[in-house]
Amino acid sequence: MTYNINDKGYYGAFGGAYIPEMLYPNVEELRQNYLKIMAEPSFKEAFDQLLKDYVGRPSPLYYAKRLSEKHNTKIYLKREDLNHTGAHKVNNTIGQILMAQRLGKKRIIAETGAGQHGVATATVCALMGMECIVYMGEIDIARQAPNVARMKMLGAKVVPALSGSKTLKDATNEAIRDWINNPVDTHYIIGSVVGPHPYPDMVARFQAVVSEEIQWQLQEKEGRTTPDYVVACVGGGSNAAGAFYHYLENTDVKLIAVEAAGKGIHSGESAATSVLGKEGIIHGSKTLLMQTNDGQITEPYSISAGLDYPGVGPMHAHLYKTGRAEFISITDDEAMTAGLELSQLEGIIPAIETSHALAIFDQKQFKPDDIVVINLSGRGDKDLQNYIEYFKL
Amino acid sequence: MRFPPSRKVNMNRINSKLQEDKKLLSIYFSAGYPNLEDTTTIIQNLENSGVDMIEIGLPFSDPLADGPTIQESSTQALKNGMTTQLLFDQLKDIRKTVSIPLIIMGYFNPMLQYGVEAFCKTCQEIGIDGLIIPDLPVDVYNEQYKATFEKYGLINVFLITPQTSVERIQFIDSISNGFIYMVSSASVTGSKTGFGEEQTNYFKRIADMKLKNPQIVGFGISNNETFTQATQYAKGAIIGSAFIKHLATDGVNTINNFTNSIKN
Repeated sequence: MTYNINDKGYYGAFGGAYIPEMLYPNVEELRQNYLKIMAEPSFKEAFDQLLKDYVGRPSPLYYAKRLSEKHNTKIYLKREDLNHTGAHKVNNTIGQILMAQRLGKKRIIAETGAGQHGVATATVCALMGMECIVYMGEIDIARQAPNVARMKMLGAKVVPALSGSKTLKDATNEAIRDWINNPVDTHYIIGSVVGPHPYPDMVARFQAVVSEEIQWQLQEKEGRTTPDYVVACVGGGSNAAGAFYHYLENTDVKLIAVEAAGKGIHSGESAATSVLGKEGIIHGSKTLLMQTNDGQITEPYSISAGLDYPGVGPMHAHLYKTGRAEFISITDDEAMTAGLELSQLEGIIPAIETSHALAIFDQKQFKPDDIVVINLSGRGDKDLQNYIEYFKL
Repeated sequence: MRFPPSRKVNMNRINSKLQEDKKLLSIYFSAGYPNLEDTTTIIQNLENSGVDMIEIGLPFSDPLADGPTIQESSTQALKNGMTTQLLFDQLKDIRKTVSIPLIIMGYFNPMLQYGVEAFCKTCQEIGIDGLIIPDLPVDVYNEQYKATFEKYGLINVFLITPQTSVERIQFIDSISNGFIYMVSSASVTGSKTGFGEEQTNYFKRIADMKLKNPQIVGFGISNNETFTQATQYAKGAIIGSAFIKHLATDGVNTINNFTNSIKN
């Protein structure tokens, strides 16, 4: 069994490209070219150079001593929060903007929920001097004013998604509609390992730099390339895909995917897709998604705007179904508490998404000599208002 | 009593209609809009007004290929309480009063949840003649679902666009057995008004391919002028957003006026 994608664009039963014919030429062009382009030496060189000099990679693999003592195990934090723009998202947008250039595209579109992917996209568009249009749910625009301002300052046009529930899934719908309306000159930079094939695979490959670095960094620190556990939060699942990527086929390394339980899995306000989702199709991919019995896609909830996506990338649906990854659900309260704990034990304020991954220690026991790598996917600056309100700071 | 498929009496209504010597007008609407119980009234009034074929929209929460008008009618229909099962219940006796071809158009996920085979079986029992599922890709249909659709006598209709390659059009033509839905321009529904030279050239280019399946043009047709342009080379044309706008402003009882405005 393989845990990676097959040559038809599926992870096991999940994936594929369930797209209207209007999108076919665009998606097919990408499918036929993405691996070839990524293998070109000049592409690799440009990608690596930007990751190093512009993003600031490699991101440190930091041994969190006080956190380790508290939970009586060896915890390493992969510091994606130290990347330019504050999260792992930029690894993918750098890759995709280079891809778009090589495909001869002139215009970039993207969707964003909390605004992190929108900012990362606006950033690389500014860097390359390309037109940038970011679709964002009307409700999210109101909730995430600082990131909206950042995108505008970077020269992007932020277009409110007014349809449906006016959040991330609707912003994604609007971006797809834009792509249908602009089939020749536009590239759509999807922000996670979701969407039609080849997006989940392409985004995972761009994010794979995370686990590539963990391998040699751990070799330096522990004399081995493989941890016992890799832990990451999952909304769509791009930071988890990157952290898992080079360990997918090595079952000695246990993978833990952490989902947002919101106010509780069965509270009706949750984003725990693996538990609540059923097989279906969302944004062109066959995967697990939250939906009614009638197949209407429902609106998830999490205190973290980056985890409230009603689906999960097809790779993660496969990892869940096969049992390759363990899925743990963390509530808002547990995540917020873990975020505060990391801040005060290690002097690192994490993004609330990441706080979910940090909150597993109440549910999961590790041995004292286990090496647990947690992907610290983003920094908490963007969430300060949420932390302030929650802790009455 | 069942007839063998080759006998003309059992020919799918879509194929019979396509043989008529006239340009066909097909109308799309979202089931459950403007009111939950309007479905059969709309269908009957459309037939009485002289429409040739009807596409009954099965509403979906996330209609990727649709512009604002159909999105809104879809959202409203769901709010009104429309479901797959309810639509089937409403259509149960439709063949007692309606004889023109009826096609269900919807996105794949609700069909998948209902069960593709169960969905097709119910369609056959009701007297649905075909399906249009924009996000069911041609290759997946061909490999996984073609046999099921055919078992229940359903014609599956595929879309082509100005960007679709010649080879792909030929492949789509080879696995189609009704008509080809020719999307007039690169767009979502309801977003363009009027056809220019680019579209006319595209209509002509496709007509010149002499495909085995006739073509019916959709997207961007809203009045007599665009209907006439679209059907200069194609067998017919489909109107969706403009009809839904008519329902929104004029309701379900003046459908005659709408149809007359298109045909004359």
